[in-house]
Amino acid sequence: MRKSLIKLENVFKHYYMGDIVVKAVDGINISIHEGEFVAIMGPSGSGKSTSMNLVGSLDVPTKGKIYLDGEDISQLEESELAQIRGKKIGFIFQSFNLIPNLTVKENIMLPMMFQGIEREDREVIAEDLLKKVELADRGNHYPNQISGGQMQRVAIARALANNPEVILADEPTGNLDTKTGEKVMDFLRQLNKEGKTIIMVTHEPELAEAYAEKVYWLKDGKVEKVTHKNGHFSVEKEEKQLFDKDNKRVVKKSKKKIKKKGD
Amino acid sequence: MFSDYFSLSFKNLKHRGIRSWLTLLGIFIGILAVVSLISLGNGLKLGVMSQFGVGSTEVITVQAGGLNSYGPPGSGAVNPLKESNVEQIEKLSSVENAIARYTPSGKLEFNDKVNFGFAMSVPDGEDRKFVYEQLDVEAETGRLLKDGDTNKVVLGYNFYANAAGYDKAIKPGNTIILQDKKFQVVGITKKKGSFILDGVVYVNEAPLKDLMNISEEVYMIVVQVKDKDLMERAKEDIEKLLRKERGVKKGEEDFEVSTPDAALSTVNSILGGVQAFIIIIASMSIFVGAIGIVNTMTTSVLERKSQIGTMKAIGAKNKDIFYHFFIEAGLLGLIGGILGVIFGLLIGYFGTVGINNFIGSSVKPEIDIVLIVLVLIGSFLIGCVAGITPAMQAAKQNPVEALRG
Repeated sequence: MRKSLIKLENVFKHYYMGDIVVKAVDGINISIHEGEFVAIMGPSGSGKSTSMNLVGSLDVPTKGKIYLDGEDISQLEESELAQIRGKKIGFIFQSFNLIPNLTVKENIMLPMMFQGIEREDREVIAEDLLKKVELADRGNHYPNQISGGQMQRVAIARALANNPEVILADEPTGNLDTKTGEKVMDFLRQLNKEGKTIIMVTHEPELAEAYAEKVYWLKDGKVEKVTHKNGHFSVEKEEKQLFDKDNKRVVKKSKKKIKKKGD
Repeated sequence: MFSDYFSLSFKNLKHRGIRSWLTLLGIFIGILAVVSLISLGNGLKLGVMSQFGVGSTEVITVQAGGLNSYGPPGSGAVNPLKESNVEQIEKLSSVENAIARYTPSGKLEFNDKVNFGFAMSVPDGEDRKFVYEQLDVEAETGRLLKDGDTNKVVLGYNFYANAAGYDKAIKPGNTIILQDKKFQVVGITKKKGSFILDGVVYVNEAPLKDLMNISEEVYMIVVQVKDKDLMERAKEDIEKLLRKERGVKKGEEDFEVSTPDAALSTVNSILGGVQAFIIIIASMSIFVGAIGIVNTMTTSVLERKSQIGTMKAIGAKNKDIFYHFFIEAGLLGLIGGILGVIFGLLIGYFGTVGINNFIGSSVKPEIDIVLIVLVLIGSFLIGCVAGITPAMQAAKQNPVEALRG
């Protein structure tokens, strides 16, 4: 059994807007192991973004426990979380989120600066990473001088800067055309092969099923089901009961689909 | 780590639009005012002093009458000083030398035009040298008066510059008529910038007294004190002596003994007023500038919200974000300060050159490196202080909300 890296245990995230309670995440269980390629799938409003924030330790839950590398991080202060995610998680965003006033290389160096790594070391690592994402000659360009696909590769390099265990990609191909998107996905797949744990958030089922070995399907703030690449199908215990009651049809349908793909 | 914040903030500044730079105007003008005021200091002081005819700072002047007499100093006094007073003063233990000066008014004719002005006596011998030094006069063209010049005069610069109302410049060699008597002009003094000294006619003491029929009375006594430290004592000695001689009580003096301290304090109070005014303007514009920095930084925090979110996502702690914005605000202030210092020094330099040209002096602009460094540190700190609130706002952004933009 591989080491458990991130674990959400019966996690709730509720927002209070006056008298109305928005149950963005309503009691989910997610378990991600070292070296996995996991997708969190769901339409907008499914709680997918909130789950990503919780998985990526950008946010703390209203209720429930989140473990990162065995450590309970659900009650930590913002600055402690920042330190942890800076070291253990690399983020890739849909709109790349590069800092426009910094060059490509400086963007890659930034996460290392926040970890207190010496400037000389940062430069060396950033140059290595640029080579890795095949952008060695673009180091001194500004983000607005390179293409979207290149920007996303810079973002991948930046995510790798502190050599984190987990790469969290939020709709990484959302702003890219199919071909460039594929290239970015190939990079992620390659990283996964090299041992990185990849968590991808997406609303495209095809993408999730094509690349991830495990997919969490979210709906209305709950995990609807969990599917595995090898056709194995599982639903977290709590959700299973719910599905058995209300949503049998959906479950069956998904099962079929997966089998078909397996063929 | 701090050098990283600096370089990060500096890179952000480089990409700022003109809007941000305009907010620096306040700091710029404030620092400019302070720096130019200080670097102009020497020149300003000299300029004001020369306008008031305060040439030397080492003599005491004694005049009869008091402050309310119009016209040239000493003229028109009801009870003028006497020649005997000069000798009495010279005998005082605190006094080195006392010189009688005459500054009568009269008419000067040239180019068929008559104007009224006043003449200034120049004594013979050692005293002549002392008077020239004290007034700081030199010849612009021709020469100064010397012992034995009887029908000769030296004129102030305005006559030469055709600014004395004769429709023609008066030059050495010309003949002028003073009180119906012909005199030959032998020289013109260098420009002093004071309308008094630039419009005066210098005549040797004996011929001037003859011309104006002056016998016993003395217009003014210039007293050289034995030692600078004896200035106050000499003043008291002279006052005591003249009270006795003129039969007046203390507090009812009909004469005035003025030390350079008094003249200087007048100059200083005028300069002090000017300085206070400029400093008020400067502090107001620095305050406005600081508000401008608060404003531009607050806008910047809102504009860069998603950047803050990104930085937090990739590991920036609250204090990283805080310092990033805090130092950026400081650098804004510093840049305003640097520009203010540069332009302030330019104003100081060209202003001093202007004053030198105007009054014929040769003072240098005051450039105090320590002060400039302090001003620059100050402007950085003003920026930092202005940046505290926006930087705190930036630091406490919730990463999830910030990422949403």
